[in-house]
Parts: sequence; structure tokens; C-alpha cells
Amino acid sequence: MGTQLVQAVVDGVLTGGVYALMAAGLTLIFGVLDIINIAQGIFVVLGAYLSYVLWSDLGIDPFLGLLITIPTLFFVGVGVEWAFIRRLGERDRVTMSILVTYAVSLILEGILDNAFGTNVFQLRPSYESSSFFVFGFYLQQIYVYGFVLAVVLLAAIYALLYRSRFGASVRASLQDRTAAQLIGVNVRRVSTITFGIGTAVTAAGGMVFGVTNAFSANSGADLISRLLSIVILGGLGSIGGAMGAAVLMLVLEDIVATVWSPVWSPVVYFAALLIVLSIRPVGLFGRTAARAQ
Amino acid sequence: MSGAAGEETATAAPRPMPSPGPLPTSNRRGTAARSAKVAFWLVIAGLLVAFPAIFTNTTVTTIAVFSIIFMSAATAWNSFSGYSGYVSIGHAVFFGAGAYTLVLIAADNHWTGGYSVFALVPLGGVVSVAIAVPFGLVALRTRRHTFVVVTIAVFFIFQLLAFNLKFLTRGSQGVSTPTPPWFGSAYNDRFYYAALCVLAVAVLISVAVRRSRFGLQLLAIRDDEDRAAGLGVRTTRVKLVAFMLSSFPVGMAGAVWGYFLGSIHPQFAFNPLFDLSVAIMAFLGGLGTISGPLLGAALLESLQQYFAIQYSQDNLYLIAYGALFLVVIVLLPRGVIPTVVDTVRSWRDRGEGLRGRSALVGGARSAQGPAGGLTVAAPNGVRGED
Amino acid sequence: MALLEADSVAKSFGGLVALTGCSLEVEQGEIAGLIGPNGSGKTTLFNVMTGYVRADSGRVRLGGTDITGASPAKVFGLGLGRTFQLSRIFARLSVLENMLVATQRHEGWLRGVVKRQASTAEQGRARELLEFVGLDHLERLPAGNLSYGQRKLLELAYLLVADPVIILLDEPAGGVNPTLINMIADRIRALNAQGKTFLIVEHNMEFVMGLCDRVTVMNQGRAIVSGTPDAIRGDPRVVDAYLGGADEDDEPDDEPNAAELEAGHGLSSV
Repeated sequence: MGTQLVQAVVDGVLTGGVYALMAAGLTLIFGVLDIINIAQGIFVVLGAYLSYVLWSDLGIDPFLGLLITIPTLFFVGVGVEWAFIRRLGERDRVTMSILVTYAVSLILEGILDNAFGTNVFQLRPSYESSSFFVFGFYLQQIYVYGFVLAVVLLAAIYALLYRSRFGASVRASLQDRTAAQLIGVNVRRVSTITFGIGTAVTAAGGMVFGVTNAFSANSGADLISRLLSIVILGGLGSIGGAMGAAVLMLVLEDIVATVWSPVWSPVVYFAALLIVLSIRPVGLFGRTAARAQ
Repeated sequence: MSGAAGEETATAAPRPMPSPGPLPTSNRRGTAARSAKVAFWLVIAGLLVAFPAIFTNTTVTTIAVFSIIFMSAATAWNSFSGYSGYVSIGHAVFFGAGAYTLVLIAADNHWTGGYSVFALVPLGGVVSVAIAVPFGLVALRTRRHTFVVVTIAVFFIFQLLAFNLKFLTRGSQGVSTPTPPWFGSAYNDRFYYAALCVLAVAVLISVAVRRSRFGLQLLAIRDDEDRAAGLGVRTTRVKLVAFMLSSFPVGMAGAVWGYFLGSIHPQFAFNPLFDLSVAIMAFLGGLGTISGPLLGAALLESLQQYFAIQYSQDNLYLIAYGALFLVVIVLLPRGVIPTVVDTVRSWRDRGEGLRGRSALVGGARSAQGPAGGLTVAAPNGVRGED
Repeated sequence: MALLEADSVAKSFGGLVALTGCSLEVEQGEIAGLIGPNGSGKTTLFNVMTGYVRADSGRVRLGGTDITGASPAKVFGLGLGRTFQLSRIFARLSVLENMLVATQRHEGWLRGVVKRQASTAEQGRARELLEFVGLDHLERLPAGNLSYGQRKLLELAYLLVADPVIILLDEPAGGVNPTLINMIADRIRALNAQGKTFLIVEHNMEFVMGLCDRVTVMNQGRAIVSGTPDAIRGDPRVVDAYLGGADEDDEPDDEPNAAELEAGHGLSSV
């Protein structure tokens, strides 16, 4: 039991890294654009399908394929932002963003469904089922690679945010769109690029998801609900919070799956969110709000 | 300097502070418009009641039953989410709970199919309200953005429970209702009228809320919650009551739906697409209006059913549905009904303006433009959502 | 005893100090003015006094009752109404409906649902107040369609429904056209003649000096001087506050009001 528990924690941390990446994208989009992006789930699925096509039809390794899928999803994101998100006003912004991004995900789901049918797919590169054996634990190679990839990309996002001029604009917009506008940040451009980046990371997340899970066009709903829970738990708009919450939740889920049953682990997952929120409505790492305008 | 300013303003004759008292300024045009409105709704109601007598094709009446069920659900959803601006993605919990309540009680007690099963429909609503209380108490503590996600979490918990509590729900194999002894259009007609009763309840609640002081407070919460709270509106209580009220018809609609289908499964009774579909229906017609969700649901649900029946295996309707919605958002950012109402009103005002009244009104309105929902925010709306 | 009293109120947002032991008194029946350079803490003081921001230390009293840390609703219920710099009207409610939000009556759980929006008497009262501020002909218009100045009048009018004893106005003349400014000043005087007390933050000096009985000047988070408009105008400390503020703050004058940005910032991170 003890080893199993440690194994569960290790697996949780490794998968948590990938979720942290996808959640970071989502929370970044939320923080800068002040919208909830329901389409993040289907973007992940889209990333998985793209990797699958490159791998099965052209024989391109999924990790190498990221060189194509990441830019592709970046431009998908930029396109969606340009076409719909920037047309949202301040009034009812959140409501409208939910509806619009949901409509986008419906369309994408319909397209993927028609293109690939209802069968489930899974990416199976050569290392899909091989493992490292370290200190008495089996570490599936794909989880390790995925974790490393996530860390590298998160580091890249971090560097972009804290080491570049563009990053400074993003951080200003994260704090307060209106104030950022006042000090001369081009919030519009920042928003578009942020949405693109937030979407681009789902290419990596989707690839790892596609190797570790069987997926179909309607895997998006489950993904987005998990990602949103992570982002809320971490405190909306907080990237560090999203990363912490992702690892925490995935570890929790793996532990429950091991000691109790995989059937109940998602229930515990969502119940944990409710318990945290009924004690701390702003999430684990969120800031408390002032009441003033 | 102070003297100058003082003299300048002092020239305006100070009006006395008014004292409380009745001032019934009746609106002449109001009464005529009101009777026209009543007549219009009576005609609509009459058409809805007469529908099965006019259309006997079972495909048509099947679509009609689903449409009425979703008109009820969209109306009820709107009477919380549309009025308060808190988007719930958890009303599917009420829909599913209503469906399971009816189906499980009827199945477990070996009821024979027939009219008696309809007696369980209100119970479906009651069970929903019972769920809405703790649900609302947790979810409504959080603010708008978080609320959405909390409702999603609650929804998934219920769906997973429906899958996993096999002793109660029989898990993924689903449960069947007793089959009623009706066939063809006779079958559909009975469900049609049952659904119509639910719709009547949903519309009544929606109208009552909209007309009440409580509804006014709900709308104030939508526009600026902190300010409303600062003016003494008990925001949490108002939201909770609205949440409960809106759960009731949704539960009833779910019960009728479950009985109509004959068997229910967790993934369909607790369907993640339910709330978003209902939200889009309400939005398409006009969020926060009474007629909007009715119109939106009637259009979209019949379209969806038509697609589903016409191209059964195909998911084309997902694309059509999503695309239609995006087109509407770009063209009519506030939904059909408010856009039409405003266009009519601005014609009327133009007429009034010619008679020399309130150039001010026209000016202010044209500054806002017809796309008020999506254009640059009014100064006070900059942070209005938080 | 002063009607409204702030006693050594301090507040900082993160590293930014907005109030450093600020004290202020408003007497019953007066029109008091509050001026000071940008970022001197005027709006933060308003927010603390009306319960929208919690002070780090210090007390606030209204008519002798300690209201420190009370919720905005509680403070409003005790008779302290306020307006906001960017008027907070309910944009999609009609002008008349805006007037009916601030009712202090509390129905039971379900009674409010069956109750009409407002009784005839309440509607009549609302219409009279709208007439008083000159908005009666616009009662059916969505409030979001009002001009900037009209919003300020509406915000004032809907507070009056609850009959507050003292009203805090945050820049009632800011961004308003001159005709409407006169109208607003005139309404304030009329209300004052009826016994309402006012505390007004305003940058328009002409407006403040012409309207207020007494003016308090704030600088760097505290009240530095208080007196009649004439006394204030000649006070060297006031001139210092306005001219010297820029150097000591290390911030250019045209920066957005730091305290207000901070307050808004806290909210936006919900």
C-alpha cells in the first residue's frame, strides 16, 4: 500500500505538470482578457487530433510534431480572439464569453466528430508503454517526457512574462485592464497574443493527453471542467496558483483512485473544489477582494 | 471668486424638496399597449393549446414536445441566470434530478404506465428545489466567474453519482419508465399537454419574478451587485430565492422529459450540453426578457430535433447550432427580442421627437447605438461585472 | 458632537499608503468640502467611511454610533448615503426602476416575490424626486442611456428615496457640463435647506468654494487644514500641498489617481 501511495503521488505530480501547463494557459487568458474560455477543452482535443494525424499519416513523432501543432493552435487562438472575443463589450462580458467560446467548441467538436467519427483514438509512439525504473518505482516514459515538456514550456512562459517588455504589458493587464490602458499598454494586442499563447499551450497538453488517454471529439467537456476547477482553486488569474492547484488535484485524484476506487476519484476531485470554495470563496491562492469600486 | 459662483447658481429658483404623496400619472399609451400585449399572449397561448389538433404528424408533435420542454427549461433558467447575470451551468442537475425522481419512483414501485405517473412531475420539481438550497448556499457565496465553475463542479458530481450509485440509479445501464398505454399521436399529445402545464408554471414564475420588487433587486444585482448591496439589497438571499424558484420548473421539465423518453441514462439526464444549450436559447431570444427564452428555445430546439431526426448519425447540427449562434452574436449582440423592441421604440420616439419632445432622449440613445451589449462600455460599466 | 467623524483613519494598499491617520468632522446641517491633490486619499477616506474599504486602524462614527468596519448596507441603513466618482447607476434598469432599488424595507423570503415592484405611493415619491432633479421626463429610459451629468443626478435622487441624513458626493461636478453643474449645485443647496448634510469631494474649485460652508484640505493621506473657503484660499499650506505634492510623491502629476486605481484594482482581482 505504501509504495502504491508513493507511486500515486509520483504519477499525480507528473500528470499534474501537464495539467499545470494547460491551466496556466486558461488562467492567463482569464486574467488578461477577463473572460472564461470554455473552448480550452476542445482546443486540447484538437491538439491531440493534430498530433495524431501527423504521427499516423506522416510518421512524425508527437514531440517533434509540436513544432507544427503549437504554431497552428497559436493561430487558431489568434483567429478566435480576433473573430469573436474582441467583439465582446465590458457589459455581460463573462456571460457572453462563456456562450461564445462554447459555440466555438461546439463547432470544433462537430467538425472533429465528422472528420474522425465517434471511435476513440490514441497516439501510440514506440515509447508509449515503456517505463523507467527508478528507486523501485516505474515511471512511464511518456509521463516523464510530458512533465519535462510542461516544465520547459512553463519556464518559457515565465521568462516571457518576467523578462520581456511584452511580458510587462501582460502583467499590467493581468492586474487591471483599465489601468493598463491608462498607462499606455495596447491591451487589444496584448489580449490577442495572450489568447494565442493560452491556446498554443494546449497543443502540448493535447499531445500528452492523446498519448496517455484514448480520446474522441467529446473528450473536451471532461477536460474543460477539470481545467476550470484547477484554475478556480488556484485563484482566477494566478498562474502560480493554477500550477500548484493542478499538481495538488491530480495527486489527490491519483491517491483516491489508488486507495479507494478510480470510479470515485473524480467525485472527490470536484468535492474538494466545493469544500475549498465554501471556506475560501476566492480559491486557495486567490486574493481577497475589496468592496470598493 | 466664491461669490461669482454663488450668484451664478443662485439665479436658478430653488425648488422645494417634495414631500411624499401619491402621484398617479397614468400613461395614456400604456393602457392601449397593454391590452394589445394581453391579446397577443392570449393568441399565442391559444395556438399552443390548439397545436396538437392542427398538427397530427407524429414527427411534428415529437419535435413540439421537446420544444415545449426546452421552452420551459430555458424560461426557468432565464428567471435566475438571465435576470441576475449569474450563468448557471448546473441547472442540468435539476433536470436530471427531476427525471430520475419520476422514473425511479415509477419503476421501483412497479407503477403501470398511464396518467398517474404524471402526478410525480411536481415531485420532480420539489426534489430539485431541495437540491437547489444547499447547492445555492455553496455556489452563491462566490462571485460570477467562480460561480460558473462551481455549478460545473456540482453538475459533474451529480453525473458521477448517477453513474456510480448503482443501487439507486442502476448506473450506466439506465432505468426504464413504465410504458403508457397510448400510441402514436395520442401518446405525443398527452406529453405535449403535460409539458405545456410545466411551461405555464415556468412562465408564471418568470413573470412574477420580473414584476416583483424581488425581481427588480435581481436585475439591480445583474447591473452592479456591490452597489445594490450597498443600498440595502440582501443580495445573497435574493439570489438564493431566485435560484430555488428557477430550479422548480426545470425539475418538472426533466420529469416530463424522462417519462416521454421511456428510459434515462446518466449521461443524457445529466447532460453537460443542457445548460449551455438553454443559455444559448435564452440568449438568442433575449437574455433577461420573458419572451426571449420562449422564442429562442422554440427555434433552436425544433431545429436541433429536426437535424437529429433528419440526419440522425450526423453531428452537423452541432456545427449549425454553434455557427448560428455566433452569427446572431455578431449581428444581434443582445438577442432578437430586445433588438426588435428597441427598434420599434426608437421609431416611436422619433415620432414623438417630431412633436417637439425630448431631443435629449434621442441623442442619448443614438450615442449608445443598437449594439449596446457589445460596444465600448458605458463609463459606469467598466467594472460592473465584478 | 459632529454628525460624521473620522478619527485617525489609516489605510494602505500593499505598499501604497493611502491614509495616514486622517481625521475629519462633518457637522450637522453643513455642506462640507474635501479637496486635495490627486492621490491624497479623498476617495479612500470616502470608501472607509461608507464601509466599502476596511481601515487598518482608526474609527468612524456617525451620529455618535461607531460604524468602523460596518458593511456598506449597514452604513446606508444608518442614514449615510454616497455617490461614486463614476456614478454607479443600474444601467439596464429604467430611470424609474433605479429609484426603487434603494428601499430599506425587507420582505420575508417569499413575500418579495409576490409583491409589486413598488406601491403607488412609492412610485409617486420616486417620480417627485425625479422631478426634483429634472429627470422626470426620462423615467422610462434605460439609465445607461443618460448623459454623464444626468447619471450623477439620478444617483443622488435614488439615494434620496431612502431619506439619508448625510450624503457624501464624490466629484459631483466632474465631467459635467456647466449648465448641469449649476443644476447640481442648486439641488444640493435646496436639499441642504431641508436639513440634509453634505460632504463633497470635488476638483472644481469654483464649485467647492461657492457651495461649501467649510472646506477641508487633504494631502498625503491626512487632513492638513480645515476652514471657510476664504480662509482656505489664503492658506499657504494649501498652496504647498498642491504645488509641492508632485515633488514629494516622486510621481508625475498626470498619473492616474493612485489610491483610486488601487481601490479599483482590489476589486478587479475577484
